[in-house]
Amino acid sequence: MPPDALYERLTVFVGLAVRTAGPGMDPVNEPMIRHWCEAMGDRNPAYRGPDAVAPPTMLQAWTMSGLSGHAGHSPVHDELFALLDGAGCTSVVATDSEQEYLRPLRPGDRITYDVVIESVSERKTTRLGTGYFLTTLMQLRVNGELAGTHRFRILKYAPVAPRSPSVPASAPPGPGPARPLRPRPVINRDNAGFWQGVAGHRLLIQRCQGCARLRFPWLPGCQGCGSPEWDTVAAGGRGTVYSFVVMHHPPFPAFAAIDSGTGPGTGPGIDNGTDDGTDDGTDDGTDDGTDDGTGAPGPYAVALIELAEGVRIVSNVIGVPYDEVRIGMPVELEFLRVDKELELPVFRAAAGPPRRPAVRAPGRPADTREGDDTREGRGPR
Amino acid sequence: MRPGDRLPPLEIPITRTLIVAGAIASRDYQDVHHDPELARQRGAPDIFMNILTTNGLVGRYITDCFGEGAVLRRVAIRLGAPNYPGDTMVLRGTVSAVDGDTAEVRVVGANGLGDHVTGAVTVTAPGLAAAPVPDDPAFPVPAHDSAQAPAHGSVPTSVHDSAGPGGTPGGGAP
Repeated sequence: MPPDALYERLTVFVGLAVRTAGPGMDPVNEPMIRHWCEAMGDRNPAYRGPDAVAPPTMLQAWTMSGLSGHAGHSPVHDELFALLDGAGCTSVVATDSEQEYLRPLRPGDRITYDVVIESVSERKTTRLGTGYFLTTLMQLRVNGELAGTHRFRILKYAPVAPRSPSVPASAPPGPGPARPLRPRPVINRDNAGFWQGVAGHRLLIQRCQGCARLRFPWLPGCQGCGSPEWDTVAAGGRGTVYSFVVMHHPPFPAFAAIDSGTGPGTGPGIDNGTDDGTDDGTDDGTDDGTDDGTGAPGPYAVALIELAEGVRIVSNVIGVPYDEVRIGMPVELEFLRVDKELELPVFRAAAGPPRRPAVRAPGRPADTREGDDTREGRGPR
Repeated sequence: MRPGDRLPPLEIPITRTLIVAGAIASRDYQDVHHDPELARQRGAPDIFMNILTTNGLVGRYITDCFGEGAVLRRVAIRLGAPNYPGDTMVLRGTVSAVDGDTAEVRVVGANGLGDHVTGAVTVTAPGLAAAPVPDDPAFPVPAHDSAQAPAHGSVPTSVHDSAGPGGTPGGGAP
């Protein structure tokens, strides 16, 4: 097996707590027990009446978050899943459940539970697809007393192919197999504020409270004075192209054909790569000069934008063909929805002459002028 | 009851209603357990049963077989071929160990594609060692729900007796 860098990164999560003393959303209760027994066709009298106990196999159900989602779990789970989603392992299937029942659960019991990541497998290829088995161990308690344990194994994998027999592989673009999603950003406690800002259509720059230096991308401490104290300022949105490269080949399907001109809601909106890749007439995804630079699988510009505030950010330049992007070109911040769950800050070429002359022929990867340091923010000027 | 004793099979028709009711009763709102279109986009031909429902059915099967007073101590299952609507799963159990009032049972639930679930259940029941051999047709399996637990005498064994050619698409040990 070739070296698997992702596996190495996944192993870092082994032993980490996903949830510590998380409360069940509801106390153990008769209605949920009854609904369970009805669904399972289970008429065991032990689960009914004044001395009822819950069916032991309901153990996990008392910890499920339902539609409202979990609040208060550690970011470990999200980070682990983001890592796998980013690698294309967007699907999940449960494979193993091992439960031990140490004490019956009765209506009125309030449970708490702890979950740790027990193990991560190396990359495995199954008939569903290739991915990684993740095993968690949950301990469920009532009044501090261990009531049961639950070992749970899932396969998080990249599906082999969606089954859509009605759409042959050679079919023209149209509703059919889903396009892979762009990789998810890895959001952690050090950069969560940035993505919260993006969700609110603000590009937030960190500002050191020790020395007022601005920094981007987000870091836990100041590169200048080392202070961990910071607040944020919102970028005004103006910037210039400091440097850029043009991505020619190979095309990544996840980066193809975003209907950037139409804003949100261009796809049916499901979370596994569902923008169907059809065009709506506002962006035909070809290199005819109207393409915005992110809409085609073919060449697109990846630019280092220097914001008016002085820090730089890597992003796309849109609104101009890739071969007309120039160093010094003025750009304006926009937010591009690339799928139902992901918006990204991008930069639209603004009207007006370049602030610096173009110094080279565009469009060839070798023509890159490297940014001198994309990580080093500068103070306000 | 002794090691090697076989429990009477339990036939479970896999209906959409069962899949969805089981998912909701276990508070599992993953779309693949209720939305056929999204399930297809994720690579499955249809919605399929969630693991919590399978777990509940295995538990029910064992307590049904062992009768009143039986208490589950451990249920460990591994999923293989998915349970899709229109299929039928037949649960079978074989006693693998008996120690006083405690028995361990190997369970296999096969559907038209192969083995949906394989597992081991530990159960305690008073007077278990002296209990009759359950393979006897007179063994009291409570047929509570005629739709889901037909009298075991009527279980067809020809169709689902063996694993189908499909094998276990979702299986695989880490």
